[in-house]
Amino acid sequence: MAKIILDRLVEHFVAGEIVETGSQHGNEWARVAPANWRAVAQFLRDDPVTALNMFIDLTCVDRLGRTPRFDVVMHLYSVDKKHRVRLLAAVSEEDPHIDSLVALWPGANWFEREAFDLYGVRFVGHPDLRRILMYPEFVGHPLRKDFPKEGRQPLLRRLPGSVD
Amino acid sequence: MPFSVYTSKLAQAVNWARKFSLFEYPFVTACCGMEFMATWAPKYDIARFGAELPRFSPRQADLLIVVGTITERQGPVLRRIYDQMCEPKWVIAYGVCASTGGFYQNYSAMPGADQVIPVDVYIPGCPPRPEQMLDALVMLQERIQKGEGHSQVVLRAERGYVAPDVAIRAEGDVKEGRGR
Ligand code: SF4
Repeated sequence: MAKIILDRLVEHFVAGEIVETGSQHGNEWARVAPANWRAVAQFLRDDPVTALNMFIDLTCVDRLGRTPRFDVVMHLYSVDKKHRVRLLAAVSEEDPHIDSLVALWPGANWFEREAFDLYGVRFVGHPDLRRILMYPEFVGHPLRKDFPKEGRQPLLRRLPGSVD
Repeated sequence: MPFSVYTSKLAQAVNWARKFSLFEYPFVTACCGMEFMATWAPKYDIARFGAELPRFSPRQADLLIVVGTITERQGPVLRRIYDQMCEPKWVIAYGVCASTGGFYQNYSAMPGADQVIPVDVYIPGCPPRPEQMLDALVMLQERIQKGEGHSQVVLRAERGYVAPDVAIRAEGDVKEGRGR
């Protein structure tokens, strides 16, 4: 049903801008070149045929061992057309960054902060890119696959031998 | 030594009064809270044990009940709440998360509230049944009566005015405590 979204994308962008498209269990997805992340999102939102006006989710996947290492994943939904699509963009380990979408959907703000906090991907143009779940003193990005599972960084501990 | 006999008798009377007029501060962070609420409801009715009055300010409470998962980020908050309570004060860790971190063996969950505050009674269970809360409360009341609560021990050690045999027992209690 949502094949129309992929058709529109392939019509409007050249091959290098949309890297790959596919469909799995009736869910359409498109892999986008990271440089076109924002342009593709804006097109899908404003185009009357796709009308993907609702931002559902944004997160990140650490594919440790692959180059480029990270995938930024976004889900969009159209309230009017009742169809949805998943967009992916690969982000490198050395300089993980991608354009922020807060200007398009204000709701993307905290999602991008979460991905920044837990995976260390910078969202260029984000108005307030701070950690959101971990505390500011925390070092590292704990959902990266090479972060130790119990890499605790206590803010406070009772002193050994203290009675209180 | 008549003086020490007199003070220990007075302490007994005071502790008897304390154990039946506990003002709780429930520090509820997670799923355990659902079960914990039932202890206040008519079926379990914690009022029967003299602890029915929750105070939602730590400055008015003398029993801190840590209910649910404590994250590393909450550590300083929990410690500040404990520090704000008037002495003597007691702490119950409700559920395995508050006692040991439970199954959250990861970067964000604190392995037990006793990492930042002294805990008097630990309640196992995920979540514990309300009966266990009442059982823990009775256990705590026994400790209060004997003057063995953690902050009671600390207070006595600071002021040093109680019969020596209690003080010695208290000292052992502190050293063998669950420090990790
Ligand atoms: S002990 Fe179980 S029920 Fe209680 S807070 Fe932890 S996970 Fe939730």
